[in-house]
Order: sequence, then structure tokens, then C-alpha cells
Amino acid sequence: MIPEVGHFALWLAVGVTLLLGTLPLVGAHRGRTDLMALARPATHVLLGLIVFSYGCLILSFVNNDFSVLNVASHSNTQLPLMYRIAATWGSHEGSLMLWLLMQAGWAWAVATFSKSLPLPVLSRILAVMGLLTLSFLLFVLFTSNPFDRIFPIPAEGRDLNPQLQDPGMIFHPPMLYMGYVGMSVAFAFAVAALIGGNLDVMWARWMRPWTTVAWAFLTFGIALGSWWAYYELGWGGWWFWDAVENASFMPWLVATALIHSLAVTEKRGSFKSWTVLLAIAGYSLALLGTFLVRSGVITSVHSFAADPKRGAFILVMLAVTVTAALTLYAWRAPKVGLGARFSSVSRESMLLANNVLFIVATAAVMLGTLYPLILDTLGLGKISVGPPYFDAVFVPIMAVLVFFMGLGPLARWKNDALPALAVRLRWAAGVTVVSAALTAWIGGKITLGSVLGLLMAYWILYTVLAELWERVRPAGGVQANVLHRLGQLPRATVGMMVAHVGVAVFVFGVTMVGTYDIERDVAMAPGESTTVSGYTFTFQGTQPVRGPNYEAIRGHLVVTRGGVQVSDMFPEKRVYKVQRNPMTEAAIDSRIYGDLYVQLGEPVAGEKWLVRIWVKPFVAWIWGGCLLMGLGGIWAVADRRYRVRATRESPTNAGGASVAR
Amino acid sequence: MIKTRHKRLAVAAGAMLGVGAIAALVLNAFQSNMVFFYSPSQVAANEAPSNRTFRVGGLVETGTVHRDGLKVSFVVTDTAKTVPVSYQGILPDLFQEGKGVVAQGQLQDGVFVAREVLAKHDENYMPPEAADAIQRAQRGQSRLEQSVVQQYRPDAASTMPYVVGKQP
Repeated sequence: MIPEVGHFALWLAVGVTLLLGTLPLVGAHRGRTDLMALARPATHVLLGLIVFSYGCLILSFVNNDFSVLNVASHSNTQLPLMYRIAATWGSHEGSLMLWLLMQAGWAWAVATFSKSLPLPVLSRILAVMGLLTLSFLLFVLFTSNPFDRIFPIPAEGRDLNPQLQDPGMIFHPPMLYMGYVGMSVAFAFAVAALIGGNLDVMWARWMRPWTTVAWAFLTFGIALGSWWAYYELGWGGWWFWDAVENASFMPWLVATALIHSLAVTEKRGSFKSWTVLLAIAGYSLALLGTFLVRSGVITSVHSFAADPKRGAFILVMLAVTVTAALTLYAWRAPKVGLGARFSSVSRESMLLANNVLFIVATAAVMLGTLYPLILDTLGLGKISVGPPYFDAVFVPIMAVLVFFMGLGPLARWKNDALPALAVRLRWAAGVTVVSAALTAWIGGKITLGSVLGLLMAYWILYTVLAELWERVRPAGGVQANVLHRLGQLPRATVGMMVAHVGVAVFVFGVTMVGTYDIERDVAMAPGESTTVSGYTFTFQGTQPVRGPNYEAIRGHLVVTRGGVQVSDMFPEKRVYKVQRNPMTEAAIDSRIYGDLYVQLGEPVAGEKWLVRIWVKPFVAWIWGGCLLMGLGGIWAVADRRYRVRATRESPTNAGGASVAR
Repeated sequence: MIKTRHKRLAVAAGAMLGVGAIAALVLNAFQSNMVFFYSPSQVAANEAPSNRTFRVGGLVETGTVHRDGLKVSFVVTDTAKTVPVSYQGILPDLFQEGKGVVAQGQLQDGVFVAREVLAKHDENYMPPEAADAIQRAQRGQSRLEQSVVQQYRPDAASTMPYVVGKQP
């Protein structure tokens, strides 16, 4: 009964989105307040229905209702409750339900927290989000119903993929989807701006916090995924340029370009059409990512049972969304206008360089991701493009980007001069070179990549410090306290600085791991030891252990450094009871200056085991940097000007209103 | 203002040059890092390059896996032809005799020296390249029993990833 009720709620939601997607649009066009007033309550009802439906799905999983196909194939009575709930998004159908939940949640949030938006603007935005929700509802109902029953009813479920039975499963998908679906808010704002024919400074100010929050979630989601892959999959790496990773990385690159272009639109009124285009591209790439992952054209951890019908549906959805948005853009963008002019050396031009580079990077990733797929589809041969390509392309692009990243925040809006900028940054540049040289010398391994990476990391750090100093230093004559001035800094500025320092931390981590990472495979008998970069690993042997739903062989290694014990490590080789696949569970000792990473291979002759040992300096900085980036974004959104507007701005004089028309 | 116009022109030209340089970089990197896939039959017919990295895939022939400490050797078959493969290091969890495998490396004196071995992390799953190689080989020689392939159809898909064993 519960699954049917949940299914029915989805059909009711279709009805609600049909109303939400049409009536408020008509209302905004004709200036009918009664129709426009429908938008807000409709999103509330929509969220209620989807939450209810999702609740039904969770209940089926919690109750082990194996008459539901989705539950039978992704859960098991032995599965801990926490993972039974997380298993709701462990399947293709369930993850689409999560998408719907997020979509309805974002629409509700916009309806609830954008009190200052004029009614016609809000109506259009919510209507567009309603239409996007509708397309996903139809996708779920026609191709991927999570409530499908099976008969005969199996006595036991096939269990959740053992690799997904991890806390990462609880946090990574919701975070990532918050970001993915959050791009639909920026998309809806952009499309609504096109329909209304207006994108002014106010509009950018409304759109900016939403985009930044979505971007922050996308950052967290991708970083969590990377961290999870690092410790769970046992590949020892943090990014593989796998097609699925790229599918999430492309929207992130565009979203990053978008938050920077929005800064220009808000502060200077420039880049208007460009901003709109980026917002459309961001969501389209999120859809493209969904297509790549769901259609079965690529195989990875994330691909689900391939069904051509599903792929075709998403492709149609993608085509309709993109075509509609771009047609609207071609028709209405001239009305939105280009905005104020600026000189070739100015903060605008720096941010333009940022945008161009991000788009080039996106295109490069897209080429590497899609080209093999296209070749394969056309039957022209099977190729793969691995990390060497992406590394070769990405590092130079990022190096140029980082150079501008140092200049941008210090350059003045509208017009600046290069000589003046150079003078302001001479200290930062000097200290950067000295620090990079010193670090490379201490590290003891000087390669082009390591020196470049260190220069990039320090350049960002010191330019941020230079900017901070310019902002807080006691100005001539005025006896202002530096600390007081520090406290007076707008949150948006602090957020930007934190996010940029996050990039520095990230680049530093990537460089250190890339340069000093050591991997060693050794065959060890109990009592034998091996030394890797100063750490002595002594193998103590193995013993069988029993987990809640698996059996394992656990190895034990004692790690010493200079005779002092630093760590006890227990890598495991597990066999889960239901799916019977062997699985390697690495032992990781994570510290701020580096990780020790040990993996059990297979037993060889006698008591010997193959053991893989990695020493990874500063690897945690990679995710720490991403965390800083995301937190910086969130802090920037907490800026006063977004909140002050919310109460003071009168809705009548705000841009985008077309009631009078 | 002729001066500003010249300046703009210079900036535009510089930007074009930059984008052109980046495009050249991208395409060049792409060209030199493409890795092609060859089936054991193609390798046997000398179609595979001798000094370039490529991928080969099929089934791990039963009874051919020999381990000597870190060194391991096995034979990959597409049911028509075979390729001997050598590898050093830890193999992925689901590398098994009779199961699908894809290896990346170079051909040296008739032996495929793999730098990376990919196996699919599910007993019913077959890497698509490997399945494709077997299907092509079977089309070539019809006397082979269909059952071998049917057992490993790629559409019996799974949620499991490739597991990569990489040589240091």
C-alpha cells in the first residue's frame, strides 16, 4: 500500500507542476496578481508531495519491503538501518527521487527566502523551476518508477553494493545533488530575466547568493566524492579524470565562471548576456552529466543498469531544455543588453580572462570526455583518453588563471594601469619566488611541475595577503586600529579571500602529492619490514575477523619512524555475505603533513602477503582547500548587503517588474 | 580616439593569440595521449602499434595466471586468439581466471607489458571493450559456442566500477 501511495503522490505532483509551470507565467505576462499569487503556495504543495513520496520510499526500505523491486535489488535485512535509508539514493530510480526532492526543495527555498523579489519576477522563476521539476517527474514516472513491484516476492534483498556501505554514501550524493540542482536556480533566474527582458544590478544581486550557495554545495559534493574515492576504492588517488568525475567537474567550472561574471554584473552592470549564457550552460552541463551517468554510455561506480529508454529520455529532455533556453536567449538577449564599458586593464578585464579560461578548461574536459564516446557510438573505434591528456591541458590553463587570480582582486574596476598594479604587487611577487624556491629546496626534489605548483600556491596566498594589508593598513593620518578595520571588512570580501586561500591550499596539496608521493608494492612475510621515505612498516601477519554483514582477513602493520612507533595499521580484505565480492579496505593514517596508506593485496607463497604502501605528503590539503573554497562562498553569501536588501528594498521600484506593460 | 582603438585591437589580437595557443596545446595533448583499444585477434594480426601504449582486453584464460612474488603473468583471449600479458604489482580485487579484463601497456617482444590492469568489480560484468573483442572474434569464427559470450553480455550491467591496478 505504501509504495502505491508514494507513486500516487508523484502523479499529484505532476498536476501541481503543470499549474506552477503555466499559470504564474501567464499571470506575469498579463499582470494578473491572482495567477501570480499561485506560484508560492504551489511550490509549498509540491515540496510537501515530494517529501511525502520520498518518505514512502524510505519507509519501504526501512520495512524491508522486498515486493518493491528497487528495495529488493538494493537492500537487505542485514543492512544497517543507516544504510537502508541511504540506499534510497543508491539506485538509479532512488537517486532521481533525490534529485526531485532537491529540485522541490530549492523551489521552496526561493519562494520562502526571496521575499524582496517583485511578484512577477518570482512567479517567472518559480514557474521555470516548476517546468524543470515536471520534466524530471515525467522521467521518473515513465522510465524509472522507484515503486515498481515484483512478483514473486523474494525472501531476501540483493543488498547494497558493498562499496556504497560507507558514510560517504550518506553525505556525497545529497551534497552533490544540492549543487547540481542548485544550478537550476541560476538557470531559472536567467530564463526569467530573458522573459522579463531585464537584467539589472538588482537582478544580479538577487541571483548571486543563490548561485554562490549552489556552487559551494557543488564544491563540497565533488570534494567529498574525491575523498570517498580516495579512501574507499583503494586506488590511492584523489582524482582520476573519469568520465563521471568530469561530468560533475564541467558544471563546476562553468559555475565558477558564473559566480565571477555575476560579480561584474552586480558591481558594474557589465557581462549581462554573458552571465545569462553561463547560467544556461551550467544547468545544461548538469543535465549532460546526468545523461552521461544514467544512459549507460559510460561505465563507472556511478552507472546504473543501462536502459536505452532512459538515455533517450534524458537526451530529449536536454535537447528541449537547451533549445528552449537558447532560442529565448537569441530572441531576448539583445534586450538584456551588454552593460557598461571598461578598459583593457581593469578588474572587469581580469574577470573576463577568468571566464575565458574557465570556459576553455570546460571545453578541454568536454573534448576528452565526449570524444571517445562519440567515436564509439559511431563505431569508429574504441579509444580512451587518460589522465596524461587532462594533466597536460589543465596545468597550463590553471597556471594562467592563477596569475590573473592574483591580479584581479587588486585591480580597480573600470580602469587601472599595469605599472601601478605591478608596484602594488612587487612584494607579493618577490616573497612568492623566495618561498617557492625555499620550499622546493627543503623538499629536495625540483621539477618543473613542483616549482610551477608552488609558485601558483604562494602567489595566491601572498596576493590575498597584499590585498588584505591594503584594506586594513592604517591610512595616512587616520589613527585607525588594524584589528578594528579587519572586523569592518565586508563578509563578501572575506569570503572571497578565504575561497582564494582555499585554492592556494588545494594547489599546494596537489603539488606536494604529485611531486613527493611514493608508492611501493612489496611481498612481506610476518615479521618482515620495509622502509618507505623514513617510515618503517613491519608486517605482523593476518587474522580473520567478522563484521556485521561481511567476513574479512585483517592484516596488521606497525609503523615506526626513527625507532618510535607512529601508527598501527589494519588493512582488510572483505567478502560481503550477499554479493560475495572480495573488497579491499585500505588502512589510512591521515595527518596534516601527509597520509600513510596501506592496502592488502593477495597471499603469495607461504605466509607472505602482497602489501601496497603509499606515503602521500599533504594529501589532506586537497580536500581542506576545497572545504575552504566552499566555506568562503557561504561566508560571502552572509554579506550584509544581501540581508539588508531583503528588508529595506521596496518591491515596486525593483527591476524586472513588467506588471505595467 | 585612435589610440584607444589601437589598444583595443591589440588586446583583441592578444586574446585571439592566447586562445589559439591554448587550442593548439589542447589538441596536441589530445593527439599524443589517445589510447586505442585492440583485441587479441588484432594484436595477433600485427595491427597493434609496437612503440605506443594501447589497451588490450578479453577473458583471462583459465589456468594461465602465474605469480612469482610481485610479478604476474597471464594470457588474455578473445576466444579466437590470445596475447600473453605480464604485470608487476597488485591486481584488482576481481581479477580472476575466466573473467573479463582490460590491460593498458605496450607490446615488447610479443609480450604485452601492462602498466595498468582493469577488471570489472562484479562477477557478471564484462568490460565493454573486452566483450566487444570477443563478439568480434566470434563473428569471425562461427563454430564457437555462443554460450561463452552470452554469459558475459555487457548489458548484464552492474553498479560496480573498474578497479585499477597501477604499476608504480
